[in-house]
Order: sequence, then structure tokens, then C-alpha cells
Amino acid sequence: MKTKLPIAIAFLSGLAMVAVFILNPEKVGDMEGELLQWTTVIGGFTLLLGVVSIVRVNWRPVVRRETGWFNNAALLLSVAVMAIPSVLPVSWSPLFGTDGGSMYDWFFINLSAPMMATMFAMLAFYVASAAFRAFRARSAEATLLLLTATVVMLWRVPVGEGLFVAIHSKLPNLINTYVMGGVNVAVQRGIIIGAALGAAATSLRIMLGIERTYMGKT
Amino acid sequence: MRLARPVGLLLLLVLLLIPELLAANGASSVETGWFRTYRINAIIVAAVFSAAVLYYTQRARRGDKLFVRKIAGLDEVEDAVGRATEMGKPVLFIAGIDEIDKIDTLAGLSILGRVALITARYETPLYVPVRYPMVLAAAQEVVQQSYLTEGRADSYNQDMVCYVAGEQFAFTATVNGYMMRERPAANIMMGAFYAESLLLAETGNAAGSIQIAGTAQPEQLPFFIAACDYTLMGEELFAASAYLSHEPLMLGGLKGQDFMKVLIIAAILVGTFMVTTHLGGDWMRSLFEVR
Repeated sequence: MKTKLPIAIAFLSGLAMVAVFILNPEKVGDMEGELLQWTTVIGGFTLLLGVVSIVRVNWRPVVRRETGWFNNAALLLSVAVMAIPSVLPVSWSPLFGTDGGSMYDWFFINLSAPMMATMFAMLAFYVASAAFRAFRARSAEATLLLLTATVVMLWRVPVGEGLFVAIHSKLPNLINTYVMGGVNVAVQRGIIIGAALGAAATSLRIMLGIERTYMGKT
Repeated sequence: MRLARPVGLLLLLVLLLIPELLAANGASSVETGWFRTYRINAIIVAAVFSAAVLYYTQRARRGDKLFVRKIAGLDEVEDAVGRATEMGKPVLFIAGIDEIDKIDTLAGLSILGRVALITARYETPLYVPVRYPMVLAAAQEVVQQSYLTEGRADSYNQDMVCYVAGEQFAFTATVNGYMMRERPAANIMMGAFYAESLLLAETGNAAGSIQIAGTAQPEQLPFFIAACDYTLMGEELFAASAYLSHEPLMLGGLKGQDFMKVLIIAAILVGTFMVTTHLGGDWMRSLFEVR
């Protein structure tokens, strides 16, 4: 029963989504939206699991004064400061809730968002170091990659485009047609078709209960 | 015969649809009946694909030998865990950063189950940070079952799998910090990754970890290829669980995929010929249009 019930639920849920794809929404209503709402509601309940996990993992180092315990303490404090006022009713104070002017909103705009933007901005440096390793001309294929990347990167900036136009007016269009729209798109489509088939086969294996590892069954 | 009932249900659904679908006139996208008949092409393709997967699965069940090509990245998983064991360092596993309803995440969790079997066998520390509470619950169950299967229930610790942050870059910062502090011997990243793929992979590279990554997101593949030792591309991610399990029944599904790929290649060749020669190119295109 412990195995059969989840498999039956997975099969029926999968079948429901297939039915939603085929059935006319005019006749059966917004079944798809309804099913997705169920997922959101279940997800909401599991939020507590996340909070419990984060507190469990970070509380122990603080209590035992392990190396770097103050970082764990800062994290716990941040969780409390962001979470507690956001779930309190706005009628108690305009600082509560998640609306504009609330504590949550202030912390999000002034701390969380800039920190996330900083992480994202760091990507530029990571791209540079990865490109330095990837674009080394160690073999014929790597040299071809290096040359293609140089041409594409130049074409993407106004100076490079101007340079290509100076050589031949149709050169930027040729790069667009043959490199980006030709070779690049062909390879990407090959990967996408393969991945889509893989995803469909995995879905089928899950629906039929052949693939059960995601439920902890090996 | 365990598959007989679900297969029967699927076939029944298709049979129920056939009269309605055959009655479709003009394939208009405005429907008044119970079924969206303009989606008949997608239904037929899905039915053929399902039949192919089920046929090869049944063949595998009967004991037919199925050849599956070598996937270097997956062969390396056990060696990577072995390396971690020798170095006395942990294995870091990330099942992507998407929700559990994403099929890439489920594929990642399936691979996690196989990896956890190996870490349990060698008693290697395993760390699995997750971004969503639902993934947390599933991943904890997967890892716990793997440890139980290997008879190492005492080595299992619930905090091996932990929720770290719901925001994409907060999650990335936490995992990057872990990589630089603990310097795991192996980083295995399997699932859906987005802008953080290179941040994670480059940090792991800087930490000196052996890295095996897999994703079905084509935009992130170049980053993983540049920064990781082994990369599973697209379909290889979905094949990984079957490949690592060595179970003929699971491998049968891979054969079904290959059969479908042959059909798609044939359709591309015929379509290219028809469009190039103006011999019914529009008709061919309309055959594959999904609304």
C-alpha cells in the first residue's frame, strides 16, 4: 500500500494533465489552473519544513559555539526579522505584512535585492575566467571554437559590427544567418529534441511506476 | 504483466478519443465538442511514443539484451565518490534549483538516490542543499531510503539534506560558501539550472573539486562544459537514473526514445526535401503544428 498508493496518485495526476491537454476548457472549465493551484497549496504547507530545516541546521553551531557560529546566528536572526513581521496582521501595525512600507518590504528592497544583484553581477567575472579556460586553442576543434566565439562576440558589439560592415556590408547578416541561425540553432534544437524525448520517457516511467527512485524506492 | 492495467487505461483513452478525433473537420482552433481535435497530431505522436517505450520495456522484461552506449560522466560518478572517500571529504549534490513539479528536478532526485547508495556504501559524507521545501521532503526520503537499502541507517543524518534559501542567488551564495569552506572532493549537479550554473561550477572548479554536471537547459550547457570535468547534455540527464540502475526494465525506456528519434530524423529529412522542392511543404509543416 505504501508503494502502490503514491504510484496510483502519480499515474492519475499524470493522466489528468494529459486529459487537460486534450479536453476542451469550454466544457470542463479551467482544470489546468485548478490542478496547478493544488500544487501551490501543497507547496505552502511544506514551507514550514524549510523553516524547521534551516533552524535545525543553524541552531546547533550557535549553541555549541562552533567555528563561524556568528554567521549561523546572523542567518537565524535574518530569518526571524524577515519572516515574523511579514506574517503578523497589518491591522496591528503598518510595519507588519508584506505591503509597501512594511519591514519586510524595506529589508527586501534595501538588503536582499542589492545582495542578489551583486551575486548576479559577479557572473561577468566568472564568465571571463571560464572563457579564458574554454577558449584555449589546444586542438583543431578548440581553435575553431575560439575563432567562432571571437567573431560572434565582435559581431555583438557596435564596434565589431562596424568593423565587419567596413569589410563587407553583408558580413554581419552572414554571421547571423549561418553561425547563429544555422549551426547554433541546429545544435540547440538537437539538444532540445533529445531532452524533450527524455523528459517524456521519464514522465511515462514515473506514471507507470517503473521509475520510483524519486520516492525513495531503489 | 504489471504494466497491463495502466497501458490498458492509456489505450482506452486513445480509443475513446478516436471517433471524436476522426470527426474533426477543418481542424479549427475554436472547438465546441469535448475534445480539442486540433491537437490530434500531438496525441498521435504521444501514443506512438508511449507504445514504443512500453514495447521496449516489455522486451526488456522478457530478458532481451539492450545495448546502451557508454556515458562517461555517469561512469565517473562512482570514481568521484571513491575519490571523496580517499580524501575524507564530502560529496556535494545539487538537484537543480527548480520546484519538484519540474521533470529535471525529478530526474536529479532519481540520480541522488543512486549517488546516496554509493556514499552510504563507502560511508562518505554527503551534503544536499535544496531551494524548495517540497524538494527537501522528497530528497530527505530518497537519501534515507538509499542508506536503509545499503544497511547504513545509522550513518544517515537528516541534516545531510537541508533547505538553505528560497532565493536563487541567496541559494547560490550559500552553496558557493560551502564549496570554499569545506572544499568537497566531488560536486554533482543534476537538474534544472539557470543563471547560477556558472557561479556554482566556477566556484567548484576553484575549490579543486571533481565536477559532474547535467542539465536539459541548452543555455546553461556551455557554462557547465567550460567549468566541469564531465557534463551530461539534455537527454543524458533523463537517462542517468536508468543507466546507473543497470535495470533492464528502466533501460527499455531509453530504447523507446531512440526509436522516436529515428522517426523524428526521418520526418526532418522528408520535411526538408518537401519544403525545398515545394512538394507539399506547407502540408508537412501543418502536420507538426501544435496549437
